Amino acid sequence: MFGLTAKNTRLLFLVIFLVAFAPFLMNPFPADSAMAQFNAGYPDLMQRFVIFGIFAIGFNILFGLTGYLSFGHAAFLGVGSYAGVWMFKLLGMNVIPAIAASVLVAGLLSVVIGYICLRRSGIYFSILTLAFAQMMFALAASVLTPITGGETGLTLSLSDPRILGAAAVDGNIPVPSFFGLEMRSTYELAVGGWSFSFNTGYYFCAIIMVLAFYASIRIFQSPFGLMLRAIKTNQTRLNYTGLNSRPYTLAAFVISGMYAGLAGGLMVAMDPLAGAERMFWTASGEVVIMTILGGAGTMIGPVLGAGAIKYMENIVSKINKAVLEQWFAFMPDGMEKAFVTVFDMFTGKGWHLTLGVVFMLVIIFLPGGLVEGGQRIKGLFSRKKAQDTPSDAAKTPAE
Amino acid sequence: MEAIVLQLLSGLDGGSAYALIALGLTLIFGTLGVVNFAHGALFMIGSFCTVVLQRILSSSYTIIDESQKDFLGNPLKVQVPYMQDWFGEAASASIIDWSVPLAIIFAIPVMLVIGIVMERGLIKHFYKRPHADQILVTFGLAIVLQEIIKYFFGANPIPAPAPDAFKGSFDFGQLLGFEANRIIYPYWRLVYFGFAALIITGVFAFLQFTTFGMVVRAGMADRETVGLLGIDIDKRFTMMFGLAAVVAGLAGVMYTPINSPNYHMGMDFLVISFVVVVVGGMGSLPGAVLAGFVLGILQSFASMREVIEFLPGINQVVIYLAAIVILLTRPRGLLGKRGVMED
Repeated sequence: MFGLTAKNTRLLFLVIFLVAFAPFLMNPFPADSAMAQFNAGYPDLMQRFVIFGIFAIGFNILFGLTGYLSFGHAAFLGVGSYAGVWMFKLLGMNVIPAIAASVLVAGLLSVVIGYICLRRSGIYFSILTLAFAQMMFALAASVLTPITGGETGLTLSLSDPRILGAAAVDGNIPVPSFFGLEMRSTYELAVGGWSFSFNTGYYFCAIIMVLAFYASIRIFQSPFGLMLRAIKTNQTRLNYTGLNSRPYTLAAFVISGMYAGLAGGLMVAMDPLAGAERMFWTASGEVVIMTILGGAGTMIGPVLGAGAIKYMENIVSKINKAVLEQWFAFMPDGMEKAFVTVFDMFTGKGWHLTLGVVFMLVIIFLPGGLVEGGQRIKGLFSRKKAQDTPSDAAKTPAE
Repeated sequence: MEAIVLQLLSGLDGGSAYALIALGLTLIFGTLGVVNFAHGALFMIGSFCTVVLQRILSSSYTIIDESQKDFLGNPLKVQVPYMQDWFGEAASASIIDWSVPLAIIFAIPVMLVIGIVMERGLIKHFYKRPHADQILVTFGLAIVLQEIIKYFFGANPIPAPAPDAFKGSFDFGQLLGFEANRIIYPYWRLVYFGFAALIITGVFAFLQFTTFGMVVRAGMADRETVGLLGIDIDKRFTMMFGLAAVVAGLAGVMYTPINSPNYHMGMDFLVISFVVVVVGGMGSLPGAVLAGFVLGILQSFASMREVIEFLPGINQVVIYLAAIVILLTRPRGLLGKRGVMED
């Protein structure tokens, strides 16, 4: 269906199902129960799930298909964010021009950076992209302050021109909207002890993510995608057959840069401010981790990876010492103290440690990421059907 | 003229740190063929060796001194370092004062063990994996090391001052015949530069003039042939990894008075050190040292007021700019050899 193979269609429907029912799936526990802190169904977090999903899908088109490991992808996300905020400032609060500008600016930038960086490959490519991203970060934080807002970041203000949109209503800065549909409006549904929130911004991002995911599947199964895989497998041989691989890698680089720009645009559409720290190289490292954790080169991997990381970031970092003490209260005193101390290293402020450990374990034992893990589990229960795998893996982050 | 000398001097200490880290990175890359993203973390751990030693040396017990009273009239509680009981007051004070240089002795075995454990426990299993996997696993390791340090020492920088003898600065200009008070240079930075020069010379001499070093150089040129000659080259390469860790650690130990140890300093230096390695030429030891100093001095010149007025922001980006220009015009780097990581 939609020009996809049967397997990929099922994958697409799986993703549609997951994002459409995310408000339910992410809130499996009643709001006042002890397990409620594992709920991830609040709008802010769900938006981040899908936005970083888009970012990782785009990164995967470059890294997963061509094997070029870019360590500077956050630069495109940052530039997209700035472009989006400027559109809000100049034109008005409709999200469409902002997102279009984000994608366009990020695309143009990635043509320039890609043209230069793709002259080299391997580790040199990684360092070049890293150098460019760090350069952009340094410039955005210092010299370009009139454009980027410097270290405080770029925010909207009442005196912005907004030539298309409504002027400030009763002294408040207007909020981003899609033809009058406000991004931040949320409908709360309370069923029994549960409360589910349906956020306009989330569904807006979710629809775009499904489209982006669809586009990435199409790229994966196209002859172009096949060419990119050939580059990953053996670029030298490809060159010996008389084929110039650089236009293909550049196209992949630009596409993935535009995905990053799209993610940046959506980020400001949800929350209209942009800061230089979005371009810092740790942000680039984060998308690398997401993609690898989910499974580089697989279609659904990056989405799962982005979800898993963002879930961990929000849920694990909320578990502080008091919560741990409450959990282990049933134990004898000394044992409780030991457990709390050990777990405290990994939760709360220490969640980066959890991230690092999980990431290392994945690289060492599961180079194919969560998707490979799912396939191995499937291998153990080989009677199960092939399509159960992604959904098995999909449930992991929500547990 | 004075300005130029001043910038040259202030470029030297930054350049020394870059050169030392890049030297270690290149040692690892040249011998084991691994791109070690955790090398910055080793630099940071070296810095924290100083902090640990400082704490050990100044560990103390509390006594209640009846002869002194605080403002409420209660007997004053006095912290007495154990050192004081063992060595007497004056000696213990100077030992604590000299804790940064003393940390060198403390850091060498610690870093050697960390390096060897790292290589045997983790990196060994990644020789046959793609470069991307090596980058990623060491990147993960860097995060883990950084977070462990953060857990035990907190997120704030911990000051570790230089010995009193090296505090302050001296008038370098008068030495060269300039006017007084025009070129002022802190003592410790000079010490750091001298120390870095010593380490670099030591490493090169070790590789050049010892049998061990000769075997390692032969292994760098052709690992398989050396193996066929019946030499256990893996064992020596492991030692080289340990040595690289020691170099990074010592660079960190001596850097503490210039930059108070904090948990993310490794990452800050790592990015630049990679640029240095690439500019110098992957796998070339003299290249790494040369590029370290060149980029350090370049950065220092770019932060001159006249230059910044002319090209705003250049001090922030000059290193990356230099890397981009060099990689595009001289793809193998300044002193890179043919055939090393060509693609």
